[in-house]
Amino acid sequence: MRNSKVVTLEEAIRRSGLKDGMTISFHHHFRGGDKVVNMVVDKLAQMGFKDLKLAASSLSDVHKPLIEHIKNGVITGISTSGLRGELADAISHGLLKEPVVFRSHGGRGSAIANGELKIDVAFLGASACDELGNACGVPRSENAKSICGSLGYALPDARYAAHVVVITDDLVAYPNMPQSISAADVESVVVVDSVGDSSKIAAGAIRDSKNPRDILLAKQAAKVIINSGYFKEGFSIQTGTGGASLAAVKYIREEMISRGIKASFALGGITAHMVKLHEEGLIGKLIDVQSFDKVAAESIAKDPLHQEVSAVEYASGQHLGSATHALDMVILSALEVDTDFNVNVLVGSDGIIRGAIGGHQDTAADSALSIIVCPLLRGRIPCVVPKVTTLITPGKSVDVVVTEYGIAVNPARPEIKEKLQAAGLNIVDIKSLAEKASSIIGTPDALPFGDKVVGIVMNRDGSVLDRIYNICD
Amino acid sequence: MVTIGPGEGLQVDLQSSVAAQFGRQFGRQIKAVITETLEGLGIHDAHVEAVDKGALDCTIRARVTAAAVRATGKDVWKD
Amino acid sequence: MMFVPGNNPGMMADAHIYGPDSIMLDLEDSVTMAEKDAARLLVYNALKTIDYGNTEMVVRINPLNTPYGKKDVEAVVKAGVDVIRMPKTETADEVRELEAEILKVETEIGRVGETRIMAAIESALGVVNAYAIATASTRMMGIALGAEDYSANLKTNRTPGGAELLLAREQIVVAARAAGICCFDTVYSNLDDMETFRKEVELIKTLGFDGKSIINPRQIEVVNSVFTPTEKEINKARAVVAAIKEAQAKGSGVIAVNGKMVDRPVVLRAERTIALAVAAGVIDKEEAL
Repeated sequence: MRNSKVVTLEEAIRRSGLKDGMTISFHHHFRGGDKVVNMVVDKLAQMGFKDLKLAASSLSDVHKPLIEHIKNGVITGISTSGLRGELADAISHGLLKEPVVFRSHGGRGSAIANGELKIDVAFLGASACDELGNACGVPRSENAKSICGSLGYALPDARYAAHVVVITDDLVAYPNMPQSISAADVESVVVVDSVGDSSKIAAGAIRDSKNPRDILLAKQAAKVIINSGYFKEGFSIQTGTGGASLAAVKYIREEMISRGIKASFALGGITAHMVKLHEEGLIGKLIDVQSFDKVAAESIAKDPLHQEVSAVEYASGQHLGSATHALDMVILSALEVDTDFNVNVLVGSDGIIRGAIGGHQDTAADSALSIIVCPLLRGRIPCVVPKVTTLITPGKSVDVVVTEYGIAVNPARPEIKEKLQAAGLNIVDIKSLAEKASSIIGTPDALPFGDKVVGIVMNRDGSVLDRIYNICD
Repeated sequence: MVTIGPGEGLQVDLQSSVAAQFGRQFGRQIKAVITETLEGLGIHDAHVEAVDKGALDCTIRARVTAAAVRATGKDVWKD
Repeated sequence: MMFVPGNNPGMMADAHIYGPDSIMLDLEDSVTMAEKDAARLLVYNALKTIDYGNTEMVVRINPLNTPYGKKDVEAVVKAGVDVIRMPKTETADEVRELEAEILKVETEIGRVGETRIMAAIESALGVVNAYAIATASTRMMGIALGAEDYSANLKTNRTPGGAELLLAREQIVVAARAAGICCFDTVYSNLDDMETFRKEVELIKTLGFDGKSIINPRQIEVVNSVFTPTEKEINKARAVVAAIKEAQAKGSGVIAVNGKMVDRPVVLRAERTIALAVAAGVIDKEEAL
């Protein structure tokens, strides 16, 4: 093709005009299987770049090579939804000079759209791309090597970054349509052996649970949904990927069938469970910012009622048209909930960063009913505490907390409490849950935090919500 | 897991297997439970090595007692 | 009654959150010989420390003729257990021997008469002696079938339909009823076959058992759904109970519901239905009165 944009990674970087101190961005649709971040940052290090700011939609265990790049001064700033593994541990101990900026998925979308997060060069992995840069996360040829489904978190980057490089492991004939990322936004296309291991998009977080505690929590969560008053024809729902969340879908499905109720849409990270309900006709449409497993990724490729949306369309607090505003109910998890219903999903109760904000803030704030499902105790770690280690989702957005020792309802929602009580559910005061936890495990000692800020938690409106300090050993 | 050997005074080495997760918040409490249990058994000189996996106090008490019984050969129950 | 291995502190810590009527911590078959002492201490400390609420706590001890049995009795009585489950019970004398052991420990700690006994019948001889066992002590609260050992003793195998257990089950129910105590059926161990499990629970309910032993919280819902009276049954039972009250108020000896005379067995069944409904939590105690 006369005007092909295909070049080597090195050439793409040179053409991008990237300079020391600039901001590069990545998406995390390959989750634990991502190969793009490490590949690109290795190349940048090799080319001698320093002082780069890395703006990822999220980072995980697989990104631990960044530790070396931080030590060498290649990466000096990070913004992300979450951190896990050794990288998170090192950063919690103060590895990075500047604090990591944590944003929710909706918050990141807004920040990119309104210019608060300015991206100089976006490096976006894609499972198929043509020579001009029309790209998508689903296979488009027999040579396809990967699949990640929705590219929702990459779409704000593609649209607003000053320079966009698509990195693909399957260069397909023009025109690659329908496309997620438009050639109009793309400056270069780089072809590599592999952008990601698709088998790992469902790794870790997502599994079908036979754990009796998960099943108990799931049943209780399902009962909350069914008796909340929002469970009626045309309702909408989002669930997370924890064992209890997925199991809850099963019980909700049974009740939908028995009452003849159908949902209008399911939102968010879409799983095989949701695809199944959709294909059975129980859910009208799937609005998908991130495909959480291969089944979901394959569904988005073939089903016109399974729609990809950008992070902005999904959950921006600054765009009233975002889908979370139309959402009735959401089931969310938590590392900690406190007696003011504040939730922490980012920092472990040992003071180490071990999670991600994800869409937690966004969906909790915008949905009509937000339900947090978490065990009272994980081993000896309490999940209902007097005060969260780090504030991620303010208590005013949280309506119901489901634990194996009872269900607490935010006093701001007396009508929900009444409905759940009438349904015979075990409604308890959230303070009694915290007391129950401490009666079983005792009172933990205060964490030995230092005085260096290692992370800043942004609220979705762009304000600062909390600060994370370094942990001392 | 708890093992008890000879020692002077009560010396407790506690390792938390789940990184430093419990050590930071519960190390002090767990050591206190171990010491209290041994003193309750009349043991004032021992070297204790304990690997904690987030057990509750009642479990730690049981594990420490069992290790002490095995180390001393003296059961807490009648024969 | 949910079985929980006595060497599993994690399960012991939260078994009650699934809402079984009773929890049986096991020191016998689920604990290897090398672990008997440690498990005994785990069970002792769990019973003393964990708040199990209203859940009835049972411990299955090792037989008294093993090196572990008497120590088990001492530990669990001192920990304040509600019920001791005696395994492989074959004769009334064995129950009386256990009773003497319990009394010895109870006397030592000044808590006489609080510990009750459940005898597990797991052999042909035990089945033959069921009534004698059931009446061997005033502490007897129930007898239970242990089907694995029993079917081995019969020189047969367990089958999905449970034909090999029929006589034992009926004998145990009859003996328990004659003695005025409870009876519990054996465990069903295939967790992936909930359909066969449900059929078995329906069968033993029909035979007259008071409850089923379970090995996993996932089985609780099935047992409860089979044993919980339906709304229709509850309403019928309420009508009968109301009629009794009315008759008593009038000083009349004749009870009638919808113009039909009601016999004493019907009254007893109605009272049992209400009691089951209360136990299953489908109606309140106050509501029942």
